[in-house]
Amino acid sequence: MMITENKTILKDAVVKGDEPVMIIRNVYKSFENNHVLVDFNLDLYKGENVVVLGKSGSGKSVLIKCIVGLLKPDKGTIEVFGKNIPELNEAELDQVIARVGFLFQSNALYDSMTVRENLEFPLRRHWIKVTQEEVNTMVMNALEDVGLEHTVDMMPIELSGGMRKRIALARTLILKPDIILYDEPTTGLDPITGKEIIKLMVDIQKKYNTSSLIISHDMNCVRMASDRIVILLDGKCYANGTYAELKKNEDPKVKQFFE
Amino acid sequence: MAKATPLNSFLDQAGSLSKFSFRFLWQWFKPRYEGSEFLRQCYVIGYNSLPLIGLTGFIMGLVLTMQLRPSMIEYGVESQLPAIVGISVVREIGPVITALIFAGKIGSSIGAELGSMKVTEQIDAMQVSGTNPFKYLVVSRVLAATLMLPILVILSDAISLYGSYIGVNIRGNTSFNLFWTQVFDNLAFYDVLPAFIKTFFFGFAVGIIGCFKGYNSNKGTEGVGRSANSAVVVSSIMIFILDLLAVQITDVLGFN
Repeated sequence: MMITENKTILKDAVVKGDEPVMIIRNVYKSFENNHVLVDFNLDLYKGENVVVLGKSGSGKSVLIKCIVGLLKPDKGTIEVFGKNIPELNEAELDQVIARVGFLFQSNALYDSMTVRENLEFPLRRHWIKVTQEEVNTMVMNALEDVGLEHTVDMMPIELSGGMRKRIALARTLILKPDIILYDEPTTGLDPITGKEIIKLMVDIQKKYNTSSLIISHDMNCVRMASDRIVILLDGKCYANGTYAELKKNEDPKVKQFFE
Repeated sequence: MAKATPLNSFLDQAGSLSKFSFRFLWQWFKPRYEGSEFLRQCYVIGYNSLPLIGLTGFIMGLVLTMQLRPSMIEYGVESQLPAIVGISVVREIGPVITALIFAGKIGSSIGAELGSMKVTEQIDAMQVSGTNPFKYLVVSRVLAATLMLPILVILSDAISLYGSYIGVNIRGNTSFNLFWTQVFDNLAFYDVLPAFIKTFFFGFAVGIIGCFKGYNSNKGTEGVGRSANSAVVVSSIMIFILDLLAVQITDVLGFN
Protein backbone atom coordinates (compact mmCIF):
# COMPACT_ATOMS: atom_id res chain seq x y z
CA MET A 1 0.00 0.00 0.00
CA MET A 2 1.37 3.37 -0.90
CA ILE A 3 0.24 6.70 0.36
CA THR A 4 2.47 9.36 -0.96
CA GLU A 5 3.06 13.01 -0.92
CA ASN A 6 3.90 13.30 -4.56
CA LYS A 7 6.77 11.69 -6.41
CA THR A 8 8.07 8.86 -4.25
CA ILE A 9 5.38 6.60 -5.60
CA LEU A 10 6.86 6.05 -8.98
CA LYS A 11 9.49 3.45 -8.25
CA ASP A 12 7.09 1.44 -6.09
CA ALA A 13 4.46 1.28 -8.76
CA VAL A 14 2.80 -1.99 -9.60
CA VAL A 15 3.95 -2.40 -13.16
CA LYS A 16 3.31 -4.91 -15.93
CA GLY A 17 6.36 -4.21 -18.06
CA ASP A 18 9.73 -2.66 -17.46
CA GLU A 19 9.43 -0.13 -20.18
CA PRO A 20 7.65 3.15 -19.34
CA VAL A 21 5.78 4.44 -22.37
CA MET A 22 4.82 7.66 -20.63
CA ILE A 23 6.69 9.61 -17.96
CA ILE A 24 5.07 12.67 -16.42
CA ARG A 25 7.28 14.78 -14.19
CA ASN A 26 6.61 17.90 -12.10
CA VAL A 27 3.68 19.09 -14.18
CA TYR A 28 1.96 22.33 -13.19
CA LYS A 29 -1.14 23.76 -14.83
CA SER A 30 -3.18 26.74 -13.67
CA PHE A 31 -6.12 28.68 -15.06
CA GLU A 32 -5.71 32.17 -13.63
CA ASN A 33 -5.81 31.56 -9.86
CA ASN A 34 -7.09 28.00 -10.10
CA HIS A 35 -4.09 25.67 -9.68
CA VAL A 36 -5.31 22.46 -11.29
CA LEU A 37 -2.11 20.42 -11.45
CA VAL A 38 0.60 21.02 -8.89
CA ASP A 39 3.86 19.09 -9.28
CA PHE A 40 2.05 16.07 -10.72
CA ASN A 41 4.03 12.90 -11.48
CA LEU A 42 3.03 9.65 -13.13
CA ASP A 43 4.60 6.74 -15.03
CA LEU A 44 2.69 4.46 -17.38
CA TYR A 45 4.27 1.15 -18.29
CA LYS A 46 3.77 -1.01 -21.35
CA GLY A 47 0.68 -3.18 -21.12
CA GLU A 48 -0.52 -1.48 -17.94
CA ASN A 49 -3.99 -0.09 -17.18
CA VAL A 50 -3.74 2.90 -14.86
CA VAL A 51 -6.85 4.62 -13.57
CA VAL A 52 -6.57 8.23 -12.45
CA LEU A 53 -9.24 8.64 -9.82
CA GLY A 54 -10.38 12.01 -8.62
CA LYS A 55 -13.40 14.14 -7.81
CA SER A 56 -15.15 16.17 -10.51
CA GLY A 57 -13.13 19.26 -11.30
CA SER A 58 -9.95 17.83 -9.80
CA GLY A 59 -8.01 18.25 -13.06
CA LYS A 60 -8.23 14.73 -14.50
CA SER A 61 -9.38 15.89 -17.93
CA VAL A 62 -6.83 18.71 -17.90
CA LEU A 63 -4.12 16.11 -17.32
CA ILE A 64 -5.24 13.93 -20.21
CA LYS A 65 -5.49 16.96 -22.53
CA CYS A 66 -1.95 17.99 -21.61
CA ILE A 67 -0.77 14.49 -22.58
CA VAL A 68 -2.06 14.81 -26.16
CA GLY A 69 -1.03 18.44 -26.55
CA LEU A 70 -4.53 19.95 -26.45
CA LEU A 71 -3.37 21.98 -23.45
CA LYS A 72 0.14 23.06 -22.62
CA PRO A 73 1.36 22.62 -19.05
CA ASP A 74 2.82 25.70 -17.37
CA LYS A 75 5.81 23.70 -16.20
CA GLY A 76 7.10 20.13 -16.25
CA THR A 77 7.69 17.37 -18.77
CA ILE A 78 5.34 14.85 -20.35
CA GLU A 79 7.39 12.26 -22.19
CA VAL A 80 5.49 9.93 -24.46
CA PHE A 81 7.70 7.34 -26.19
CA GLY A 82 10.66 9.46 -25.11
CA LYS A 83 9.41 12.70 -26.70
CA ASN A 84 8.53 15.65 -24.50
CA ILE A 85 5.05 16.64 -25.72
CA PRO A 86 5.07 20.37 -24.76
CA GLU A 87 8.26 20.93 -26.76
CA LEU A 88 7.16 19.25 -29.99
CA ASN A 89 6.17 21.16 -33.12
CA GLU A 90 2.98 20.33 -35.01
CA ALA A 91 4.55 17.66 -37.26
CA GLU A 92 6.45 15.94 -34.45
CA LEU A 93 3.37 15.98 -32.22
CA ASP A 94 1.34 14.44 -35.05
CA GLN A 95 3.81 11.54 -35.26
CA VAL A 96 3.64 10.82 -31.53
CA ILE A 97 -0.12 11.29 -31.28
CA ALA A 98 -0.67 8.80 -34.11
CA ARG A 99 0.42 6.16 -31.58
CA VAL A 100 -1.94 7.46 -28.87
CA GLY A 101 -5.69 6.86 -28.99
CA PHE A 102 -8.09 9.18 -27.16
CA LEU A 103 -11.62 8.22 -26.21
CA PHE A 104 -13.45 11.45 -25.41
CA GLN A 105 -15.99 11.74 -22.65
CA SER A 106 -18.62 12.97 -25.13
CA ASN A 107 -17.44 10.45 -27.79
CA ALA A 108 -16.77 13.38 -30.16
CA LEU A 109 -18.07 11.53 -33.22
CA TYR A 110 -18.35 13.83 -36.24
CA ASP A 111 -22.09 14.39 -36.68
CA SER A 112 -21.83 15.19 -40.38
CA MET A 113 -19.99 11.96 -41.21
CA THR A 114 -21.11 8.33 -41.38
CA VAL A 115 -19.57 5.75 -39.06
CA ARG A 116 -17.25 4.68 -41.90
CA GLU A 117 -16.10 8.27 -42.51
CA ASN A 118 -15.60 8.78 -38.78
CA LEU A 119 -13.30 5.77 -38.66
CA GLU A 120 -11.47 6.68 -41.86
CA PHE A 121 -10.78 10.21 -40.68
CA PRO A 122 -7.73 9.51 -38.44
CA LEU A 123 -6.23 7.22 -41.10
CA ARG A 124 -6.40 9.89 -43.76
CA ARG A 125 -5.33 12.75 -41.51
CA HIS A 126 -2.24 11.10 -40.10
CA TRP A 127 -0.85 10.70 -43.63
CA ILE A 128 -0.92 6.94 -43.36
CA LYS A 129 -0.36 5.48 -46.81
CA VAL A 130 -2.95 2.76 -47.32
CA THR A 131 -5.06 1.71 -50.27
CA GLN A 132 -8.85 2.07 -50.17
CA GLU A 133 -9.10 -1.71 -49.85
CA GLU A 134 -6.84 -1.68 -46.79
CA VAL A 135 -8.84 1.22 -45.33
CA ASN A 136 -12.05 -0.80 -45.74
CA THR A 137 -10.46 -3.79 -44.03
CA MET A 138 -9.16 -1.68 -41.16
CA VAL A 139 -12.57 -0.04 -40.69
CA MET A 140 -14.34 -3.39 -40.64
CA ASN A 141 -11.77 -4.91 -38.27
CA ALA A 142 -12.14 -2.02 -35.84
CA LEU A 143 -15.92 -2.34 -35.98
CA GLU A 144 -15.63 -6.09 -35.46
CA ASP A 145 -13.58 -5.46 -32.32
CA VAL A 146 -16.52 -3.53 -30.86
CA GLY A 147 -19.20 -5.79 -32.37
CA LEU A 148 -20.88 -3.16 -34.54
CA GLU A 149 -20.06 -4.08 -38.15
CA HIS A 150 -23.66 -3.47 -39.23
CA THR A 151 -23.51 0.24 -38.35
CA VAL A 152 -20.82 1.07 -40.90
CA ASP A 153 -23.05 3.24 -43.11
CA MET A 154 -25.17 4.74 -40.33
CA MET A 155 -24.93 8.31 -39.03
CA PRO A 156 -23.91 8.86 -35.37
CA ILE A 157 -27.32 10.38 -34.62
CA GLU A 158 -28.97 7.02 -35.43
CA LEU A 159 -26.99 5.20 -32.73
CA SER A 160 -27.70 4.72 -29.02
CA GLY A 161 -25.37 6.14 -26.34
CA GLY A 162 -23.63 2.79 -25.80
CA MET A 163 -23.22 2.25 -29.55
CA ARG A 164 -21.76 5.71 -29.97
CA LYS A 165 -19.25 4.95 -27.23
CA ARG A 166 -18.29 1.70 -28.99
CA ILE A 167 -17.90 3.48 -32.33
CA ALA A 168 -15.74 6.12 -30.66
CA LEU A 169 -13.66 3.27 -29.25
CA ALA A 170 -13.41 1.69 -32.71
CA ARG A 171 -12.17 5.03 -34.07
CA THR A 172 -9.59 5.12 -31.29
CA LEU A 173 -8.48 1.59 -32.17
CA ILE A 174 -8.19 2.01 -35.91
CA LEU A 175 -4.61 3.22 -35.78
CA LYS A 176 -3.66 0.36 -33.44
CA PRO A 177 -2.38 2.75 -30.77
CA ASP A 178 0.21 1.76 -28.19
CA ILE A 179 -1.44 3.94 -25.55
CA ILE A 180 -5.16 4.58 -25.14
CA LEU A 181 -6.42 7.47 -23.04
CA TYR A 182 -9.98 7.15 -21.79
CA ASP A 183 -11.73 10.25 -20.50
CA GLU A 184 -14.62 9.15 -18.26
CA PRO A 185 -15.55 6.19 -20.50
CA THR A 186 -18.72 5.26 -18.61
CA THR A 187 -20.18 8.72 -18.05
CA GLY A 188 -23.76 9.03 -19.29
CA LEU A 189 -24.23 5.28 -19.71
CA ASP A 190 -26.52 3.01 -17.73
CA PRO A 191 -24.70 0.59 -15.36
CA ILE A 192 -25.13 -2.43 -17.67
CA THR A 193 -23.84 -0.66 -20.78
CA GLY A 194 -21.10 0.90 -18.66
CA LYS A 195 -19.95 -2.58 -17.59
CA GLU A 196 -20.01 -3.76 -21.23
CA ILE A 197 -17.78 -0.85 -22.22
CA ILE A 198 -15.34 -1.58 -19.38
CA LYS A 199 -15.21 -5.26 -20.38
CA LEU A 200 -14.54 -4.19 -23.95
CA MET A 201 -11.71 -1.92 -22.78
CA VAL A 202 -10.12 -4.77 -20.81
CA ASP A 203 -10.51 -7.20 -23.74
CA ILE A 204 -8.92 -4.72 -26.11
CA GLN A 205 -6.03 -4.16 -23.73
CA LYS A 206 -5.44 -7.92 -23.58
CA LYS A 207 -5.79 -8.40 -27.32
CA TYR A 208 -3.44 -5.60 -28.41
CA ASN A 209 -1.27 -5.32 -25.26
CA THR A 210 -1.90 -1.56 -25.14
CA SER A 211 -1.19 0.68 -22.18
CA SER A 212 -4.21 2.57 -20.94
CA LEU A 213 -4.68 5.68 -18.86
CA ILE A 214 -8.26 5.83 -17.70
CA ILE A 215 -9.75 8.94 -16.16
CA SER A 216 -12.74 8.05 -14.05
CA HIS A 217 -14.71 8.48 -10.88
CA ASP A 218 -16.88 5.44 -11.55
CA MET A 219 -15.81 2.84 -8.97
CA ASN A 220 -17.09 -0.04 -11.12
CA CYS A 221 -14.77 1.09 -13.85
CA VAL A 222 -11.92 1.57 -11.40
CA ARG A 223 -12.39 -1.92 -9.91
CA MET A 224 -12.78 -3.77 -13.21
CA ALA A 225 -10.27 -1.98 -15.41
CA SER A 226 -7.36 -0.98 -13.19
CA ASP A 227 -4.01 -2.64 -12.70
CA ARG A 228 -3.02 0.38 -10.69
CA ILE A 229 -4.89 3.41 -9.35
CA VAL A 230 -3.54 6.91 -8.95
CA ILE A 231 -5.59 9.27 -6.80
CA LEU A 232 -5.45 12.85 -8.00
CA LEU A 233 -6.11 15.21 -5.12
CA ASP A 234 -5.36 18.93 -4.84
CA GLY A 235 -3.54 18.75 -8.17
CA LYS A 236 -1.11 16.11 -6.91
CA CYS A 237 -0.71 12.38 -7.15
CA TYR A 238 -1.91 11.75 -3.60
CA ALA A 239 -1.96 7.96 -3.52
CA ASN A 240 -0.98 5.09 -5.71
CA GLY A 241 -1.65 1.35 -5.55
CA THR A 242 -3.88 -1.50 -6.63
CA TYR A 243 -7.63 -1.49 -5.97
CA ALA A 244 -7.24 -3.95 -3.11
CA GLU A 245 -4.42 -1.95 -1.51
CA LEU A 246 -6.20 1.38 -1.64
CA LYS A 247 -9.52 -0.08 -0.50
CA LYS A 248 -7.88 -1.18 2.75
CA ASN A 249 -6.30 2.22 3.31
CA GLU A 250 -7.38 4.11 6.40
CA ASP A 251 -6.50 7.63 5.20
CA PRO A 252 -9.87 9.47 5.14
CA LYS A 253 -8.97 11.24 1.90
CA VAL A 254 -8.43 7.86 0.21
CA LYS A 255 -11.26 6.14 2.02
CA GLN A 256 -13.86 8.61 0.73
CA PHE A 257 -13.45 7.16 -2.78
CA PHE A 258 -14.09 3.58 -1.67
CA GLU A 259 -17.03 4.09 0.67
CA MET B 1 -8.54 42.69 -14.00
CA ALA B 2 -10.50 45.32 -15.95
CA LYS B 3 -14.13 45.79 -14.98
CA ALA B 4 -16.51 44.10 -17.47
CA THR B 5 -18.30 47.14 -18.87
CA PRO B 6 -20.07 46.99 -22.26
CA LEU B 7 -17.21 49.05 -23.76
CA ASN B 8 -14.57 46.67 -22.36
CA SER B 9 -16.52 43.72 -23.62
CA PHE B 10 -16.88 45.29 -27.08
CA LEU B 11 -13.15 46.09 -27.27
CA ASP B 12 -12.28 42.62 -26.06
CA GLN B 13 -14.46 41.04 -28.77
CA ALA B 14 -13.08 43.38 -31.44
CA GLY B 15 -9.51 42.55 -30.43
CA SER B 16 -10.18 38.82 -30.38
CA LEU B 17 -11.90 38.99 -33.78
CA SER B 18 -8.91 40.89 -35.26
CA LYS B 19 -6.53 38.30 -33.83
CA PHE B 20 -8.71 35.53 -35.24
CA SER B 21 -8.68 37.21 -38.68
CA PHE B 22 -4.87 37.52 -38.65
CA ARG B 23 -4.65 33.88 -37.64
CA PHE B 24 -6.83 33.05 -40.66
CA LEU B 25 -4.52 34.99 -42.99
CA TRP B 26 -1.46 33.28 -41.50
CA GLN B 27 -2.95 29.79 -41.65
CA TRP B 28 -4.27 30.31 -45.18
CA PHE B 29 -0.79 30.28 -46.67
CA LYS B 30 0.57 27.46 -44.54
CA PRO B 31 0.40 23.89 -45.87
CA ARG B 32 -1.39 21.49 -45.59
CA TYR B 33 -4.09 22.78 -47.95
CA GLU B 34 -7.58 21.48 -47.33
CA GLY B 35 -8.72 21.45 -50.99
CA SER B 36 -11.44 18.83 -50.75
CA GLU B 37 -12.98 20.37 -47.63
CA PHE B 38 -12.88 23.78 -49.34
CA LEU B 39 -14.75 22.38 -52.38
CA ARG B 40 -17.27 20.68 -50.10
CA GLN B 41 -17.86 23.98 -48.32
CA CYS B 42 -18.27 25.79 -51.67
CA TYR B 43 -21.03 23.31 -52.44
CA VAL B 44 -22.67 23.65 -49.01
CA ILE B 45 -22.30 27.42 -48.74
CA GLY B 46 -22.74 28.35 -52.39
CA TYR B 47 -24.89 25.82 -54.20
CA ASN B 48 -27.19 25.10 -51.27
CA SER B 49 -27.87 28.82 -50.80
CA LEU B 50 -28.92 29.28 -54.40
CA PRO B 51 -32.68 28.53 -54.06
CA LEU B 52 -33.09 31.00 -51.17
CA ILE B 53 -30.96 33.69 -52.80
CA GLY B 54 -32.76 33.17 -56.13
CA LEU B 55 -36.22 33.42 -54.58
CA THR B 56 -35.46 36.54 -52.56
CA GLY B 57 -33.72 38.10 -55.56
CA PHE B 58 -36.73 37.50 -57.78
CA ILE B 59 -39.16 38.98 -55.24
CA MET B 60 -36.81 41.92 -54.63
CA GLY B 61 -36.73 42.86 -58.35
CA LEU B 62 -40.46 42.40 -58.81
CA VAL B 63 -41.46 44.40 -55.72
CA LEU B 64 -38.94 47.17 -56.37
CA THR B 65 -40.32 47.63 -59.88
CA MET B 66 -43.93 47.67 -58.73
CA GLN B 67 -43.15 50.13 -55.93
CA LEU B 68 -41.19 52.47 -58.20
CA ARG B 69 -43.69 52.54 -61.04
CA PRO B 70 -46.22 55.07 -59.51
CA SER B 71 -43.44 57.57 -58.71
CA MET B 72 -41.88 57.14 -62.14
CA ILE B 73 -45.28 57.74 -63.78
CA GLU B 74 -45.79 60.82 -61.62
CA TYR B 75 -42.51 62.31 -62.84
CA GLY B 76 -43.16 61.18 -66.41
CA VAL B 77 -40.13 58.94 -66.63
CA GLU B 78 -41.79 55.54 -66.68
CA SER B 79 -39.67 54.51 -69.64
CA GLN B 80 -36.60 54.77 -67.43
CA LEU B 81 -37.91 52.14 -65.01
CA PRO B 82 -35.59 49.30 -66.21
CA ALA B 83 -32.57 51.60 -65.99
CA ILE B 84 -33.36 52.78 -62.45
CA VAL B 85 -34.09 49.28 -61.20
CA GLY B 86 -30.93 47.98 -62.92
CA ILE B 87 -28.69 50.57 -61.29
CA SER B 88 -30.33 50.15 -57.87
CA VAL B 89 -30.10 46.38 -57.95
CA VAL B 90 -26.54 46.16 -59.26
CA ARG B 91 -25.02 48.95 -57.19
CA GLU B 92 -26.69 48.55 -53.85
CA ILE B 93 -29.78 46.49 -53.25
CA GLY B 94 -28.53 43.25 -54.81
CA PRO B 95 -25.22 43.04 -52.93
CA VAL B 96 -26.59 44.22 -49.57
CA ILE B 97 -29.83 42.23 -49.48
CA THR B 98 -28.10 39.10 -50.78
CA ALA B 99 -25.34 39.50 -48.20
CA LEU B 100 -27.91 39.91 -45.42
CA ILE B 101 -29.80 36.79 -46.51
CA PHE B 102 -26.45 35.02 -46.76
CA ALA B 103 -25.53 36.17 -43.24
CA GLY B 104 -28.84 34.82 -41.93
CA LYS B 105 -28.43 31.44 -43.58
CA ILE B 106 -24.68 30.81 -43.64
CA GLY B 107 -23.51 32.90 -40.66
CA SER B 108 -25.95 31.17 -38.33
CA SER B 109 -25.23 27.71 -39.71
CA ILE B 110 -21.45 28.12 -39.41
CA GLY B 111 -21.81 29.57 -35.89
CA ALA B 112 -24.09 26.73 -34.76
CA GLU B 113 -22.08 23.97 -36.47
CA LEU B 114 -18.70 25.00 -35.09
CA GLY B 115 -20.23 25.86 -31.71
CA SER B 116 -21.76 22.42 -31.47
CA MET B 117 -18.47 20.81 -32.56
CA LYS B 118 -16.67 22.80 -29.89
CA VAL B 119 -18.93 21.83 -27.00
CA THR B 120 -19.02 18.15 -28.00
CA GLU B 121 -15.19 18.02 -28.24
CA GLN B 122 -15.25 17.27 -31.99
CA ILE B 123 -12.70 20.04 -32.57
CA ASP B 124 -10.37 18.48 -29.97
CA ALA B 125 -10.92 15.08 -31.60
CA MET B 126 -9.82 16.53 -34.94
CA GLN B 127 -6.67 17.86 -33.37
CA VAL B 128 -5.72 14.49 -31.90
CA SER B 129 -6.47 12.93 -35.30
CA GLY B 130 -3.57 14.86 -36.81
CA THR B 131 -5.70 17.68 -38.21
CA ASN B 132 -5.23 21.37 -37.74
CA PRO B 133 -8.88 22.17 -36.94
CA PHE B 134 -8.40 25.86 -37.66
CA LYS B 135 -7.32 25.14 -41.23
CA TYR B 136 -9.82 22.35 -41.78
CA LEU B 137 -12.85 24.12 -40.33
CA VAL B 138 -12.18 27.85 -40.36
CA VAL B 139 -9.96 28.52 -43.37
CA SER B 140 -12.06 26.36 -45.70
CA ARG B 141 -15.34 27.95 -44.59
CA VAL B 142 -14.10 31.55 -44.68
CA LEU B 143 -12.58 31.11 -48.14
CA ALA B 144 -15.71 29.41 -49.43
CA ALA B 145 -17.93 32.20 -48.03
CA THR B 146 -15.62 34.88 -49.49
CA LEU B 147 -15.70 33.35 -52.96
CA MET B 148 -19.29 32.13 -53.08
CA LEU B 149 -21.06 35.34 -52.06
CA PRO B 150 -19.88 37.34 -55.14
CA ILE B 151 -21.12 34.53 -57.40
CA LEU B 152 -24.43 34.41 -55.55
CA VAL B 153 -24.77 38.19 -55.87
CA ILE B 154 -24.25 38.02 -59.64
CA LEU B 155 -26.91 35.32 -59.93
CA SER B 156 -29.21 37.15 -57.56
CA ASP B 157 -28.82 40.38 -59.59
CA ALA B 158 -29.68 38.52 -62.80
CA ILE B 159 -32.75 36.83 -61.25
CA SER B 160 -33.77 40.11 -59.65
CA LEU B 161 -33.67 41.90 -63.00
CA TYR B 162 -35.71 39.10 -64.50
CA GLY B 163 -38.22 39.69 -61.71
CA SER B 164 -38.17 43.34 -62.62
CA TYR B 165 -38.87 42.49 -66.28
CA ILE B 166 -41.96 40.59 -65.14
CA GLY B 167 -42.90 43.53 -62.87
CA VAL B 168 -42.62 45.96 -65.79
CA ASN B 169 -44.87 43.76 -67.91
CA ILE B 170 -47.59 43.33 -65.30
CA ARG B 171 -48.94 46.77 -66.19
CA GLY B 172 -47.01 47.58 -69.32
CA ASN B 173 -45.69 45.99 -72.42
CA THR B 174 -41.92 45.99 -72.80
CA SER B 175 -40.09 43.43 -74.89
CA PHE B 176 -37.41 41.26 -73.34
CA ASN B 177 -34.72 42.78 -75.61
CA LEU B 178 -35.77 46.36 -74.95
CA PHE B 179 -35.78 45.79 -71.19
CA TRP B 180 -32.25 44.36 -71.12
CA THR B 181 -30.96 46.95 -73.58
CA GLN B 182 -32.23 49.71 -71.31
CA VAL B 183 -30.67 48.07 -68.25
CA PHE B 184 -27.23 47.56 -69.79
CA ASP B 185 -27.14 50.89 -71.65
CA ASN B 186 -27.41 52.64 -68.32
CA LEU B 187 -24.94 50.50 -66.40
CA ALA B 188 -21.33 51.60 -66.46
CA PHE B 189 -18.11 49.91 -65.42
CA TYR B 190 -18.00 51.95 -62.20
CA ASP B 191 -21.49 50.74 -61.29
CA VAL B 192 -20.52 47.11 -61.52
CA LEU B 193 -16.92 46.85 -60.32
CA PRO B 194 -17.10 48.50 -56.85
CA ALA B 195 -20.34 46.64 -56.14
CA PHE B 196 -18.69 43.37 -57.14
CA ILE B 197 -15.54 44.00 -55.10
CA LYS B 198 -17.40 44.83 -51.90
CA THR B 199 -19.21 41.49 -52.02
CA PHE B 200 -15.89 39.70 -51.38
CA PHE B 201 -15.56 41.69 -48.16
CA PHE B 202 -19.18 40.95 -47.22
CA GLY B 203 -18.54 37.23 -47.78
CA PHE B 204 -15.34 37.35 -45.74
CA ALA B 205 -17.15 39.15 -42.90
CA VAL B 206 -19.95 36.56 -42.79
CA GLY B 207 -17.48 33.67 -42.87
CA ILE B 208 -14.99 34.98 -40.34
CA ILE B 209 -17.62 36.19 -37.85
CA GLY B 210 -19.58 32.92 -38.08
CA CYS B 211 -16.39 30.92 -37.52
CA PHE B 212 -15.19 33.23 -34.73
CA LYS B 213 -18.45 32.96 -32.83
CA GLY B 214 -18.70 29.18 -33.29
CA TYR B 215 -15.04 28.40 -32.64
CA ASN B 216 -15.10 30.36 -29.38
CA SER B 217 -18.44 29.03 -28.25
CA ASN B 218 -18.78 27.91 -24.64
CA LYS B 219 -21.41 27.33 -21.96
CA GLY B 220 -22.81 24.17 -23.59
CA THR B 221 -25.92 24.11 -25.74
CA GLU B 222 -26.97 27.58 -24.59
CA GLY B 223 -23.66 28.86 -25.92
CA VAL B 224 -24.29 27.23 -29.30
CA GLY B 225 -27.59 29.08 -29.72
CA ARG B 226 -25.94 32.29 -28.61
CA SER B 227 -23.10 31.81 -31.09
CA ALA B 228 -25.49 31.28 -33.99
CA ASN B 229 -27.58 34.28 -33.03
CA SER B 230 -24.66 36.56 -32.44
CA ALA B 231 -22.99 35.46 -35.72
CA VAL B 232 -26.03 36.73 -37.64
CA VAL B 233 -26.38 39.97 -35.70
CA VAL B 234 -22.69 40.92 -35.82
CA SER B 235 -22.18 39.98 -39.48
CA SER B 236 -25.33 41.90 -40.51
CA ILE B 237 -24.06 45.02 -38.74
CA MET B 238 -20.63 44.47 -40.28
CA ILE B 239 -22.19 44.31 -43.77
CA PHE B 240 -23.72 47.77 -43.26
CA ILE B 241 -20.45 49.17 -41.87
CA LEU B 242 -18.48 47.75 -44.83
CA ASP B 243 -21.10 49.12 -47.22
CA LEU B 244 -20.72 52.55 -45.65
CA LEU B 245 -16.93 52.34 -46.01
CA ALA B 246 -17.25 51.12 -49.60
CA VAL B 247 -19.46 54.04 -50.60
CA GLN B 248 -17.02 56.49 -49.02
CA ILE B 249 -14.07 54.92 -50.81
CA THR B 250 -15.79 54.82 -54.21
CA ASP B 251 -16.82 58.44 -53.65
CA VAL B 252 -13.23 59.47 -52.94
CA LEU B 253 -12.05 57.53 -55.99
CA GLY B 254 -14.64 59.28 -58.14
CA PHE B 255 -16.76 56.25 -58.96
CA ASN B 256 -20.02 57.81 -57.73
